[in-house]
Amino acid sequence: MENNTTFMVLSGLLTLGILVMFWPRARAMMQHSPKGSGVDWISAILPLLAVVGFVILLIAAV
Amino acid sequence: MNHNETAVVRSPEQVLAANKTIRNTYTLLSMTLIFSAVMAVISTGMNVSFMTGLIANIVAIALLWLVLPKTANSSTGIGVLFAITGLFGFGLGPLLAHYLHAFTNGGQLIATAAGGTGVIFLGLSAYAMQTRKDFSFMGGFLAAGLIVVLLAIIGNLFLQMPALHLALNAAIIMLMAGFILYETSQLIHDPHVNYIMMAASMFLSILNLFTSLLHLLGALSGDD
Repeated sequence: MENNTTFMVLSGLLTLGILVMFWPRARAMMQHSPKGSGVDWISAILPLLAVVGFVILLIAAV
Repeated sequence: MNHNETAVVRSPEQVLAANKTIRNTYTLLSMTLIFSAVMAVISTGMNVSFMTGLIANIVAIALLWLVLPKTANSSTGIGVLFAITGLFGFGLGPLLAHYLHAFTNGGQLIATAAGGTGVIFLGLSAYAMQTRKDFSFMGGFLAAGLIVVLLAIIGNLFLQMPALHLALNAAIIMLMAGFILYETSQLIHDPHVNYIMMAASMFLSILNLFTSLLHLLGALSGDD
């Protein structure tokens, strides 16, 4: 039980650490990323939808 | 004018340099993936505890954030990257052992998750390479998405909601798929990209994709 609590606390601290370390890069990405047009987004969404379909297929197959 | 429609004229030297970076990145990525898989098999066989796995992950993340950026421009960076990926692989062992012991179809789940990850990565990379589209516009969206997911992961450590856990794994799969498109496009279009840092980024996307797919398959198709 105590071991489990330590594991949870360490996991939480690790995730928080990742969040803190990633924040400056994330802020830069959010501020400086170029804007995509509708066509650009469709070209990105289509392969992502294919990934969704593939994952559903995997879940059904196992 | 849309940035994605901007004609980029490159000299033959620049094209050769970009091709060399792409080749170096994929070679290094393949080698680190193999090394990481070997380390995962070793730690699964050793039956290491989840705590040991977590410590391996903490050391790997510390190396990734603090050491790799300082060594990525020298050959030392390759050694550091192998250390990082080896530690991540070692940290994966307890999770794989758990799936093998807790589910009767654990081996099938792991093989399906690994195969699925390979198909998704190769498919998305081939799509980005073939279309040569610039997916840099996805950067802000992916960064914001990752921040939200990290906050939700911390929240779910307290809430312990299985449905949220499932939703987070599904979200991570989508985010990592997006990152693969973004990173592959960066490899093609950014002449200043460092192949060691790119291999590290792609390795992380693949690792996160694999673990989330495994969790999703385990939750929805696992036989206890």
